[in-house]
Amino acid sequence: MRRVVVTGLGMVTPLACGVEPTWRRLLAGESGVKTISHFEVSDLACKIAANIPRGDGSDGTYNPDQWMEPKEQRKVDEFIVFAMAAATQALDDAGWHPTSYEDQITSGVLIGSGIGGIEGIADASLLLKDRGPRRISPFFIPGRLINLAGGYVSIAHGLKGPNHAVVTACSTGAHAIGDAGRLIALGDADVMVAGGTESPINRLAIAGFAACKALCTAFNEDPTHASRPYDKDRDGFVMGEGAGVVVLEELEHAKARGAKIYAELVGYGLSGDAFHITAPSMDGDGAYRCMSAALKRAGMTADDVDYINAHGTSTMADEIELKAVERLLGNAAAKTAMSSTKSSIGHLLGAAGSVEAIFSILAIRDQIAPATLNLDNPSVETPIDLVPLTPKPRKIDAVLSNSFGFGGTNASLVFRRYAA
Amino acid sequence: MSDIAERVKKIVAEHLGVEPEKVTESASFIDDLGADSLDTVELVMAFEEAFNCEIPDDAAETILTVGDAIKFLEKNAA
Repeated sequence: MRRVVVTGLGMVTPLACGVEPTWRRLLAGESGVKTISHFEVSDLACKIAANIPRGDGSDGTYNPDQWMEPKEQRKVDEFIVFAMAAATQALDDAGWHPTSYEDQITSGVLIGSGIGGIEGIADASLLLKDRGPRRISPFFIPGRLINLAGGYVSIAHGLKGPNHAVVTACSTGAHAIGDAGRLIALGDADVMVAGGTESPINRLAIAGFAACKALCTAFNEDPTHASRPYDKDRDGFVMGEGAGVVVLEELEHAKARGAKIYAELVGYGLSGDAFHITAPSMDGDGAYRCMSAALKRAGMTADDVDYINAHGTSTMADEIELKAVERLLGNAAAKTAMSSTKSSIGHLLGAAGSVEAIFSILAIRDQIAPATLNLDNPSVETPIDLVPLTPKPRKIDAVLSNSFGFGGTNASLVFRRYAA
Repeated sequence: MSDIAERVKKIVAEHLGVEPEKVTESASFIDDLGADSLDTVELVMAFEEAFNCEIPDDAAETILTVGDAIKFLEKNAA
């Protein structure tokens, strides 16, 4: 199979618009969690979320007008604009702007979302009830469909290769990168723009996730301390929004054009729990099997993994993942670091896996494990270094990034420092 | 210029994101102002909303230019 490397990164997160400002603020221990201020929360159990910092585009703020024309923005839900921002950054970073027909047909896109345009669907439902079907816009459907994130990106950047999308709840971003890597490995494309995007911070989605008892409700008055994976006071996840997109490229294609190579995508594993619609299987077997499959694909053992970016949502599931990782690592547990960056940016649902894959890649680049914020009192003992409170410089040559989603869908990615 | 003509031009400029001076009566939505077929459906909805009238589908199909819209609405708007 052909080798696949990462040559471009792009993201919009609750910390900043852009990879470098986000990474800087992550390593500085900043939190993107705030009190929700753009809609009524008095009757909601959860009143906090990790919103993207919006502004004029300066100082790491997100200005949608830089990424999509205002008249187009009006037609779509924000997850599409986030994807445009992250994909454009990633392609600029990779220096890949295909103009010839041959380059265009070998460049594809695979961007997913967990729930897509839920806000637009909610708004249109009210309009239908109040005003009737003649008031529903022709842009209602195309502006809500999950694969239209990739559709818009392909049109804007002339990507005529495989055009695909993933919908696997909170595993979406990881599955998108893994599947896109396989399309390159098998020769369906030479370049893939891959990742996840999500814009779930609205009354309907907060009400829905709160009803699942999945959201943090005990820290409404203290938002920056709300997301606390592995801590004994954790009580649910904090919803975030944003997008993470990478440019994956066949190794020889990247070398031939002198592209900068961040890392090699060496492993991808998938599994299903077949257990419960929202809870992971209690024995962590699904998590264990997808991590094992990713390492097997990479031709590596647990001993080779230096850093794990955990799914770690700040829920009851944290300990299940931790047990599965301990089982995977065995005697290597004591020399491995694992952190949850959701402690800083919240849970970006369908974008989580791709944003966290980028953090994992940057951990290799900068030889530093980002911290698990708010981990004051671990709820269980573990030999694994959970990198509490402050990031830790260390040797990092290989990373594993985990994502687990509602429906019992699991994905793990393994990246390794590129070596010829 | 009639009040209706002025309002139509404003709606067209806003919805299609074009400079107001390009929105002349002879301008075709698709050929001159960059609209696609979905844009024209939405434009007709915007006219219905602004002028509180119903534009049947067969009439909508004949509204191809800014002038067509003005003429229709001058005749049919409430």
